[in-house]
Amino acid sequence: MTNLEKFSETTAPVVHARDVRMSYGQHEILHGVNLEVAPGEVACIVGPSGSGKSTFLRCINGLEPVHVGSLRVLGQEVGYDLTNGKAKAWNAKQFAQFRTGIGMVFQRFNLFAHMDAAQNVACAPVRVLGISQQEAAERARDQLARVGLADHAHKRPHQLSGGQQQRVAIARALAMQPAVMLFDEPTSALDPELVDEVLEVMKGLARGGMTMVVVTHEIGFARDVGDTVSFFDEGVVAEHGPAREVLTHPQHERTKAFLSSVR
Amino acid sequence: MTARTAPFIEPGGSEVPVTRTIHWGRWISGTVALLLAAWLAWLFIDNPRLDWAKVGEYLFNGKILSGVWVTLEIAVLATAIGLALGVVLAVMRLSHNPVLRSLSWFYIWFFRGTPLLVQLIFWYNLAFLFPHLILKIPFTQVGVFWDTNQVMTGFTAAMLGLGLNLAAYFAETVRAGIQAVDEGQTDAAYALGMTPMKRMRYIVLPQALRIIIPPTGNEFISMLKTTSLVYVVAGNDLMTNASQIYKANNLIMELLIVASIWYMLMTAIATWLQTKLERRFGRDAVRLVRGGGLTGRLRGLAGSRTIDQGAGA
Ligand SMILES: Nc1ncnc2c1ncn2[C@@H]1O[C@H](COP(=O)(O)OP(=O)(O)OP(=O)(O)O)[C@@H](O)[C@H]1O
Ligand SMILES: [Mg+2]
Repeated sequence: MTNLEKFSETTAPVVHARDVRMSYGQHEILHGVNLEVAPGEVACIVGPSGSGKSTFLRCINGLEPVHVGSLRVLGQEVGYDLTNGKAKAWNAKQFAQFRTGIGMVFQRFNLFAHMDAAQNVACAPVRVLGISQQEAAERARDQLARVGLADHAHKRPHQLSGGQQQRVAIARALAMQPAVMLFDEPTSALDPELVDEVLEVMKGLARGGMTMVVVTHEIGFARDVGDTVSFFDEGVVAEHGPAREVLTHPQHERTKAFLSSVR
Repeated sequence: MTARTAPFIEPGGSEVPVTRTIHWGRWISGTVALLLAAWLAWLFIDNPRLDWAKVGEYLFNGKILSGVWVTLEIAVLATAIGLALGVVLAVMRLSHNPVLRSLSWFYIWFFRGTPLLVQLIFWYNLAFLFPHLILKIPFTQVGVFWDTNQVMTGFTAAMLGLGLNLAAYFAETVRAGIQAVDEGQTDAAYALGMTPMKRMRYIVLPQALRIIIPPTGNEFISMLKTTSLVYVVAGNDLMTNASQIYKANNLIMELLIVASIWYMLMTAIATWLQTKLERRFGRDAVRLVRGGGLTGRLRGLAGSRTIDQGAGA
C-alpha cells in the first residue's frame, strides 16, 4: 500500500502550510504562508503578479524548497524525513516518489516536445510507475478520451492548439492517478476562445471530487467552482475564506483593489 | 530571382514582350574566375615533373585501398568513442556532484589544452610507462594480462587518441544541446515523479540529440582528414601507406594527389550523408527548443548554470 492510499483514508488536510517562508538568495519571497486544503476541496489562489503564487505552488510538490515553517502535503513534511527525532533531507528518489502522488499543470503546458499526445500521457506511468507499455497505452487512451481528445492521440504538441495542449497536459497528470492536482494559471497562456474548453475539463474534475489547488485569474471559475479562495499579496495569504464570500464581499482593501482591477 | 514568364497584355489586347536582361557584371567576373582556375589546373596537368600515369596506377594500388579502409575504420570508431564519451562528459559537467563536475572540467581542459599530435604519440608509446596492462579483481589473482606493445598498435593508439580528443570538444556541443532544452521540460518531468537520471534519459537527452546530431556530421568529416595525423604512429591508414610508398619510390606529389583524391571522395560521401541527416533532424530541432524563447535559450547557452536536482535544496 502506498503512502497515498494510506493517506486517502484519513480526513487530515491534503496541504497544510504553517508560516511557510522561502527565499531566492537573500530575497525572501514567501513571508509566512498559512493555508489548509481539505480532501476534495477546490482551493483557488488569486492575487497580483509577483505575490508568490507560483512559488508557493511549486513548494507544494517540492520543486522549490521551504526555508522556514512547516509544509505538510499528503501527510508528509515536504523535503524532510522527520522520523527518529531528526530531520533528514530527502534524496532525489524520495522527492520523485513523493511527486508521483501530485499532479501539476503548468501555465505553458510543458508537454514533452518529442512525443505525441498519447506518448506524453503514457510516459510517466511506464518510466516511473513501471506499468507495462500496453497498460499505459490503455490508460493514455482513457485519459485522452476523458479530456475530449481521443481523436488527437497521435499528434505532436506543435500540431495541437493551446487549449488542446493544456488538456493533454491535464490528461498526462491524471494518468499518474494523483491524490491532488496543482494548476498554475492553466488558462493564462491561451487565446480567450480556448479558455472555456480547459475550464470545462477542470470543472469535471472538481465534480468528480478531486482535490485541487488552482492559481488563477479566472474569477468566474473561482467563484463557481472553488470552495475556498486565498488572496495572496506580497508573499502572504492576506485574505482567506469561502470562495463566494471572499470574491463578492472582500474585506481587505488590497483584495477589493485587486478584484476591481481584474473584472 | 527568376524573370516573369508571361508577356504583358495591353488593354487593347496587344502583347508587350519582356526583353532579356544581360548581366554583364556576372559574365565578366565568371569568365575571369574560370580562366584563373583553368590556368592553375593547367600548371599541374601540364607539369612535366608530375607523372599522371603514376597517379592513375597508384589510385587503385592494394596498399592504398587498404589504407582507405583503415582510415574509414579509425574515423568511424574514433567518432563513436568521441560521441559516446562526449555525452557522458557533458552530463557530468552539468551534474550537481562537484567531484564529477570538476573531473569533467579537468578532462576537457587537458584534452583541449594539449596538441593532438602529442596525445597520439603518448598513447602509442604507453609501453614506456606501463609495459603490461593488467585488469584483475583486487586482492586476488583472477584477471587478464596484456603486453602493452601488442595492444597499443598504431591503430589502437590512433583510435583512442582521436576518440578521447574528440570527446573533449564534443562534450561542449552536447552541453549546449542539453541547455537549449526548455526548462519547462525538466519541471514537467520532475512533477511527474522522474528522478534526475530518468529526466535526463527520457526527456532531456532525446530532445538535445536533435540539436546535437546535425553537427556530428561535421565532426566526422573533419575526423576523416584528422586521421592523416595518425601517420606519426604508423596507423596503416591512407596517409601512412601513401607515405611509405613515396619514401620508397620518391613519387611524393603523385602519392599526395592519390591520397587527396580518396580523402575528397570520402568527404563528398560524408557530406551527402550529412545533408540527409540534417534534413531529418534539423527541422524538428528549431521547433523543439522554441518553448524557452530566444532570450531563454541564449541565457542557457551562455551561462554555465547547472541542472538542479529538482530537490529544491
Ligand atoms: N528563479 C527565481 N529567482 C529569483 N527570483 C524569482 C525566481 N522566480 C520568481 N522569483 C521572484 O519571486 C517573486 C514571486 O514570483 P511568483 O512567480 O511566485 O509570482 P506569481 O504570484 O506567480 O506571479 P504571476 O501572477 O506573475 O505568475 C517575484 O518577485 C519573482 O520576481
Ligand atoms: Mg505565477
